[in-house]
Amino acid sequence: MIEIKNVSKSFGDKEILKNISAVMKTGMTNLIIGTSGSGKTVLQKCMVGLFEVDSGDIVFDGKDLTTMTEEERKELRQQIGMLFQGSALFDSMTVEQNVKFPLDMFTKWPNSKKMERVNDVLERVNLKGTNKKYPSEISGGMKKRVGIARAIVLKPKYLFCDEPNSGLDPQTSMVIDKLIHEITKENEMTTVINTHDMNSVMEIGENILYLYHGKKEWEGTNKDIIFNKNEKLNEFIFASAFLKDAKDMRMLEEKGIIDNDRNMDQIMREGGANLVISDDDRKE
Amino acid sequence: MKVFSTIGGYLLMMKSMFTKPENFKMYWKELMHQSVEIGMGSLGIVAVISIFMGAVSAVQTAYQLTSPMLPKDTISQIVRDTVILEFAPTLVCIVLAGVVGSKIAGELGNMRVSEQIDALEIMGINTKSYLIAPKILGALITIPLLVILAMALGIYGGRLAGTLGGILSGATYDRGLLMNFVPKNVWFALAKAYTFAFIISSVSSYYGYNVKGGALEIGRASTTAVITSCILILFADYILAFLIL
Repeated sequence: MIEIKNVSKSFGDKEILKNISAVMKTGMTNLIIGTSGSGKTVLQKCMVGLFEVDSGDIVFDGKDLTTMTEEERKELRQQIGMLFQGSALFDSMTVEQNVKFPLDMFTKWPNSKKMERVNDVLERVNLKGTNKKYPSEISGGMKKRVGIARAIVLKPKYLFCDEPNSGLDPQTSMVIDKLIHEITKENEMTTVINTHDMNSVMEIGENILYLYHGKKEWEGTNKDIIFNKNEKLNEFIFASAFLKDAKDMRMLEEKGIIDNDRNMDQIMREGGANLVISDDDRKE
Repeated sequence: MKVFSTIGGYLLMMKSMFTKPENFKMYWKELMHQSVEIGMGSLGIVAVISIFMGAVSAVQTAYQLTSPMLPKDTISQIVRDTVILEFAPTLVCIVLAGVVGSKIAGELGNMRVSEQIDALEIMGINTKSYLIAPKILGALITIPLLVILAMALGIYGGRLAGTLGGILSGATYDRGLLMNFVPKNVWFALAKAYTFAFIISSVSSYYGYNVKGGALEIGRASTTAVITSCILILFADYILAFLIL
């Protein structure tokens, strides 16, 4: 678990994070969402120690990052895995060398054991057989999966992902989301994901923190985000048209007007296309 | 004011490099890799420059020594001392500032912009120690060796130009090389080589490591690194000559 307690951060005169408090829960995919410039990346970089906070605490399972010595931070960092927006793979190394790098640096394992772990992890992210390829020779989705493989090779307790679906098509984004979610559950990790992809929010947002201009505006789950009462959050999420439909569908389901246990295509073929949602229906 | 903050940032970077390596074997591997990149990567250009610089030196010295009172072996003495004292350490290092310096600044700048340095930091690696120290040590190992090679090839280039151009015979050239030879000149040249190697690698590393922005800024950092290195080399050249000679 990661506790963020009253964290503030400024760059010069510009206040980026304003007194944010939240809890990132263990064994869950915790999402930080918000518009561009809301402070998501700065918050995440403060959490991993790349930026120093101006005030507040960031506590990793009882250990406060802000008061740690350099040695203690190094130890903590070895329990952290991070997937960057651009994957941040080492260009001069192959896929295998990239994934093996943390093992070479931090373990005294024999080479055979390291290779076994590398191959296991590459298989887990569905990249078996790509060992000898360089980052320039693989697709964007594959780079992200190599990034995930490198991030989890040391079995970290905490996984951070900065906009993991950036630049990916919707189908590949779903694959990445699903992979991150499964790995989180398998390894009981505390996963923190920065995103403004609403598909990800709805698919894997078990604990969601919404930031608006550096402030925590809303916190909840993907189950209750659709019916939240926060104006700014609604403006953010309903910029996506499909979510308006999702809200309508959820509402109709709750009122018993439609039955979502049946196939939605079937409903639409039977006359769902003529389904008219009245103003009364929209009232909650 | 910016100059002072740059100098301060540079000194802090140098201080931060001195920490215990996370894994000595990996650091050694990186040192070897950088030594090969810097040394072997510059071998060709150093060889070509050195031969031609010695050749030109011989031809131009012969052109200027018109008095029949001066023996021909004076040409080789002048070529030897010029190559050892100035051309091999200074001219070659100015060229290496461009070749090696831009490579180092570009590599680190690209790593910074693509978040590879952040990825290493998150893993718990001291990036200044892992990325920069091997480059500086690699330069300190290989650049003086390149300067020694430049001395030898420069002197040989002078011999080649002198004999092929009919300026003087090989035997006369060789006789002149052994006359009035001052061993201190070689030590002076090596002192310059070590100083310039440190300047090239550390200055370029500083500018590359601290890039902020994108491709344009990487290019700017590379250019600034080369220009700054060249100016500092020439300044150090004067200071060392004043102090030692």
